[in-house]
Amino acid sequence: MATISRDTTSLGATTPVMSPDLIRQVHDGVPAKELTYQEAIREALREEMQRDENVFLMGEDIGKHGGAFGVTRTLFDQFGPERVRNTPISENTIVGAATGAALVGMRPVIEIMFVDFSGLAMDQICTQAAKLRYMTGGQCKVPWVLRMPQGGGAGKSTAAQHSQSLETWYAHTPGLKVVLPSTPYDAKGLMKAAIRDDSPVIFLEQKFLYSFRGLVPEAEYVLPLSQCDIKRQGMDVTVVASGYMVWHAMLAAQIMEKQGIDVEVIDVRTIAPLDEKTIGSSVRKTGRVVLVTEACRDYGPANEWGMVVIEQAFEYLKAPVRRLTGRHSPIPFANSIENGVWPDTQAVIQSLQEVMAW
Amino acid sequence: MEIDRKTMLEMYRRMVRIRQFELAAMDLFKRGQVKGAIHTYIGQEASGVGVCMALTTEDLIAGTHRSHGHNIAKGAETKKMMAEILGKETGYCKGRGGSMHIAAFETGSLGALAVVGSGIPLAVGAGLAFKMRREMRVAVPFTGDAGSNTGNWHEGLNLAAVWDLPVVFVLENNHYGVSTNIEDVVKIKDLSQRAIAYGMPGVCVDGFDVVAVYQAAWEAVDRARRGEGPTLLVTESYRFEGHYAGEPEVYRSRAEVDEYRKKDPIPRFRDSLMVQEKLEPTELDAIDNEIRQEIAEAIEYARQSPEPDLSTAMDYIYA
Repeated sequence: MATISRDTTSLGATTPVMSPDLIRQVHDGVPAKELTYQEAIREALREEMQRDENVFLMGEDIGKHGGAFGVTRTLFDQFGPERVRNTPISENTIVGAATGAALVGMRPVIEIMFVDFSGLAMDQICTQAAKLRYMTGGQCKVPWVLRMPQGGGAGKSTAAQHSQSLETWYAHTPGLKVVLPSTPYDAKGLMKAAIRDDSPVIFLEQKFLYSFRGLVPEAEYVLPLSQCDIKRQGMDVTVVASGYMVWHAMLAAQIMEKQGIDVEVIDVRTIAPLDEKTIGSSVRKTGRVVLVTEACRDYGPANEWGMVVIEQAFEYLKAPVRRLTGRHSPIPFANSIENGVWPDTQAVIQSLQEVMAW
Repeated sequence: MEIDRKTMLEMYRRMVRIRQFELAAMDLFKRGQVKGAIHTYIGQEASGVGVCMALTTEDLIAGTHRSHGHNIAKGAETKKMMAEILGKETGYCKGRGGSMHIAAFETGSLGALAVVGSGIPLAVGAGLAFKMRREMRVAVPFTGDAGSNTGNWHEGLNLAAVWDLPVVFVLENNHYGVSTNIEDVVKIKDLSQRAIAYGMPGVCVDGFDVVAVYQAAWEAVDRARRGEGPTLLVTESYRFEGHYAGEPEVYRSRAEVDEYRKKDPIPRFRDSLMVQEKLEPTELDAIDNEIRQEIAEAIEYARQSPEPDLSTAMDYIYA
């Protein structure tokens, strides 16, 4: 069984021990192997590069070095420098060049080392790639995938410019799809879908999850984009979460079960376009909802989900909508103040108890 | 380099087509029939036409906010362009783009991107795809002088150079970024020297001379096709009208504009066609009249065309 330990020396926050069993996505008897989240992404890249010669990778230090977090490790040796291309430190041009290549039929998968650096590429992401198809009246399409590690808790504090969660920046731009997987199974299936999709896809990888393990089927599978995934069905209260926060929600749900509370957990694994229907129908069923995001609070994803609840399930609500988000501050360095910057399992449990008390 | 008469006449036809189109667009704008802004290419026709006549339909251009001329030079139809300017469903972009985003993909385009410098990386990426697939195609992004101060431009030239990509960067020096003279924002006089920093050839050519531009472009394109990498091609030019139609032009004198108007590339080319190709004025007048008729029909086509239906406003967001 999962336990919660407080470790303020390495993370500066509550560090639960998350068992892979918390989220089971492969049925018994289905041939499967255990992969880390990072390995699952790499396997998706490898399989898609083998399947389609138009798929290639570009980014800073993604060659022999394997990228800042090692995701592309071994791909350079397998596919060579033509298809695993090390670039200069030119974020805007990495994205713009991917757009140009995509316009003529390639399927580039590009990496920006940290999502925090993507501000340098904002013009090419949000003003060019996202709008090209629309403003040309459908004359073109831009099938690229932009991979960006994001989030905190990577095992050490990395402060304000290497720890943000920025899905809202991109979800707020029409024309982009935004993916944020929480498990190895989702990471692989969503990456394959993202590569095959004809729109530009922002693929956010939660750094802390890279080492998380989970079962991944041996057989090929592709998951749908633009759908929430119900990670756990329940009748009493809904938790809507994404990324690493899904694990806190699942652990909280397991603990609440022992108190007789039946928690439903919805994983918004594709942030945009948002699958409003799944959120709406869950809250119409349970009448209670807690929204959990690692992204900071103001104008963040939890607020969008909350409005979906208000619009689609207001008259079913038995308690006020609760949101639990990253603190609305730059990410601090020192453990003493980084502590509590993101929601944790205890916070989810507390919020669940509060909405259940109504 | 010998240029055949048919090519010469086509260059003339396209230059006149650009001029007539722009005059008509300005006229519509001044009469309040075009919303937004019109950035005309009047005075710069020889640059776009000289470059694009050195390309095939398989080669791709990346345009800017000032790309009516680039589109026509690449072979776009004026009726679909005029319809786009008037925001009609029959326009190249189905009325979603307007003047600044006219792009005719069927003629070989990567789009018209109205943020200065932003088309550069797209052409670099297209060039990369051509090289990876061993296609003999070339990508050609246009910018003005001011675009050469953007990060996109410098990053793009560097990447194309380091990967030996088939890209010809055309920098049309019309001397002003909106109101700012290029000499106030770049230390060097000859912008083609910027190529030195990236390890690629930089060529500067008279942008009022369509034959000179064509020859310089042809050499740069040929070099790119041979796999020898990118070139920076600077065409020394000038825009005769304001930054946009109706702009007050407080930053330059009438005398300066008049001086440049003496270099008008169209009468100059017309004169040389009569002298060197022994063409009669009536033959060239016939082309002028034919284009005038075409533009009148384009305006009529655009006016008669329907606007996009509101029910289609959410189309084309995702592919």
